[in-house]
Amino acid sequence: MSEGRFGIHGGRYIPETLMNAVIELEEAYNHYREDPEFRRELQELLNDYAGRPSRLYYAKRMTEDLGGAKIYLKREDLNHTGAHKINNVLGQMLLAKKMGKTRVIAETGAGQHGVATATVAALMDMECEIFMGEEDTRRQALNVYRMRLLGAKVHPVTSGTATLKDAVSETMREWTRRLSDTHYVLGSCMGPHPFPTIVRDFQAVISREVKEQMLQREGRLPDAVLACVGGGSNAIGSFYHFIGDPSVRLIGCEAAGRGIDTAETAATISTGHLGIFHGMKSYFCQDEYGQIAPVYSISAGLDYPGVGPEHANLYDTGRAEYVAVTDEEAVDAFEYLSRKEGIIPAIESAHAVAYARKLAPTMKKDQIMVVTLSGRGDKDCAAIARYRGEDIYE
Amino acid sequence: MNKIRKAFENGKAFIPFVTCGDPSLAVTEKLVYAMERAGADLIELGIPFSDPTAEGPVIQAASMRALAGEVTTDKIFDMVGRIRRNSQIPLAFMTYANVVFSYGIERFAGKAAACGIDAVILPDVPYEEKEEFSSVFRQYGIAMISLIAPTSQERIRMIAREAEGFVYCVSSMGVTGVRDRITADVEEMVGQVKEEQEIPCAVGFGISSPEQAAQIAQKADGVIVGSAIVKLCGTYGAECVPYVERYVRQMKEAVLAAQGQEI
Repeated sequence: MSEGRFGIHGGRYIPETLMNAVIELEEAYNHYREDPEFRRELQELLNDYAGRPSRLYYAKRMTEDLGGAKIYLKREDLNHTGAHKINNVLGQMLLAKKMGKTRVIAETGAGQHGVATATVAALMDMECEIFMGEEDTRRQALNVYRMRLLGAKVHPVTSGTATLKDAVSETMREWTRRLSDTHYVLGSCMGPHPFPTIVRDFQAVISREVKEQMLQREGRLPDAVLACVGGGSNAIGSFYHFIGDPSVRLIGCEAAGRGIDTAETAATISTGHLGIFHGMKSYFCQDEYGQIAPVYSISAGLDYPGVGPEHANLYDTGRAEYVAVTDEEAVDAFEYLSRKEGIIPAIESAHAVAYARKLAPTMKKDQIMVVTLSGRGDKDCAAIARYRGEDIYE
Repeated sequence: MNKIRKAFENGKAFIPFVTCGDPSLAVTEKLVYAMERAGADLIELGIPFSDPTAEGPVIQAASMRALAGEVTTDKIFDMVGRIRRNSQIPLAFMTYANVVFSYGIERFAGKAAACGIDAVILPDVPYEEKEEFSSVFRQYGIAMISLIAPTSQERIRMIAREAEGFVYCVSSMGVTGVRDRITADVEEMVGQVKEEQEIPCAVGFGISSPEQAAQIAQKADGVIVGSAIVKLCGTYGAECVPYVERYVRQMKEAVLAAQGQEI
């Protein structure tokens, strides 16, 4: 077995053309992760530019309404650019800069990772090209404009199902075309080694802060941590520093789309099988011949047929649980949080909020739950209005 | 494995690629016979994959067409079985890791061997991951072909040392597809391979014209062409066979001329 494994998952299943690039990236990362100067620069960017640490907010009205566990929201939606994606982008792009790269490319689904990459490219004066499924450029038109405004070039991807998986494929193809000056800023804890580890490490700031904030506020660890899972970057970041604390339930909320008993779903762990795709061994939605399934979710950011290899292993070992949440439940939660707490969550994050609504009432009042709000929901308002039958456009 | 080596015994080899089931498996079967008549030395049969990340637009589109026609791995095994009743030309499957893995590596290798496949090429399985696959294929007498790329540099020797059948030299950066210029230093790549092991080297990615093929053939043992042929299948559909046959004949003549031999 090769390096970069999480149990049987992970590895680096990529064309030979890319091998030296990922090895070079791994070596650079291993060097800079311990470099005090790099760590200081990154911390400064996270604090002063992205606005960290993000708040841990006690959702009093939601807690009282549900009548069970005490609910805290980890407010990644308050980060600059409106989502957790910036944590990873700042880390990877600082690394790319140190490696002498002058150009970055990235895939994006909902557009949040693309916006974060375009933002930091502007900040660091790097050339930036974003690949986004054509279907998603329609669903998330506002984010396309934001990326262009920030100076990035956005390529609509028309191959396959024209969604996130095709955007990843096309960015990989572009990387094999042009490696020497270009870093691929992969946006989730997936792909070939070392990406799942790098992205997890840069997102682990979420659980590091939650742990500190929780100990300060409550003097103890939470009983459950919930986060939505597409590729799984905000979830792995929210789980990471609790993996060694068995009293903390770790719950990943996948997108069931129209339901896990329908073909229109993106719930990989609930409906997928072991496979090899996009550089990694993990679980994927696929048919009996290994053809990757055309998945569906209302949320462009969770509309992905695979899951990061570390999640696949957390599932295998039973350390984390994965549940499926439908479009309808997520939209209800989107509206619920808006009205209960005055917080409009990203439709991705609303999947975690939806499961929190089910779980909290089953827990005791002295128990504590943390729900990561991975992003804010401004980008989704038009799409949700249309889902509810209101014909509005941005 | 000896059969793969045989492909390199008729002068410089010409190795065409077609996507199975584009436009239909019946036509793919006819293409194999036609290409053999035209002088092909080994044929790469692509098993279509939904998300072929190493392919350019031409082969991506062919894969989509084939899958839309409900081609499956099992139907392709059956087709190869039919071909083997009429032809002994060396055949290699080219596909992606998940097609083999999800079928079960052991089950796939067993069926491939039973229907008469000689080699397998998996572009998304690099040296570090190959053992999981090659150890099984080896038991069934199927060679797992190793690829080297313009970026491989110091990795070439390590890869060449364990290579089986022939070495697939990727001549350009990027994905498959027709190119005006071949940028890699093919001579240098082939030279490094041969210092490690006396194994045939075939060059692919981007080659389409007889001139390019002749030029490459001076420096390598064989030339691989995919997109240019798949393009003909896309353009002419069920009528593509004579066009492909003519093209392959032209290309085989070009590679033979490169070493001063005539057909």
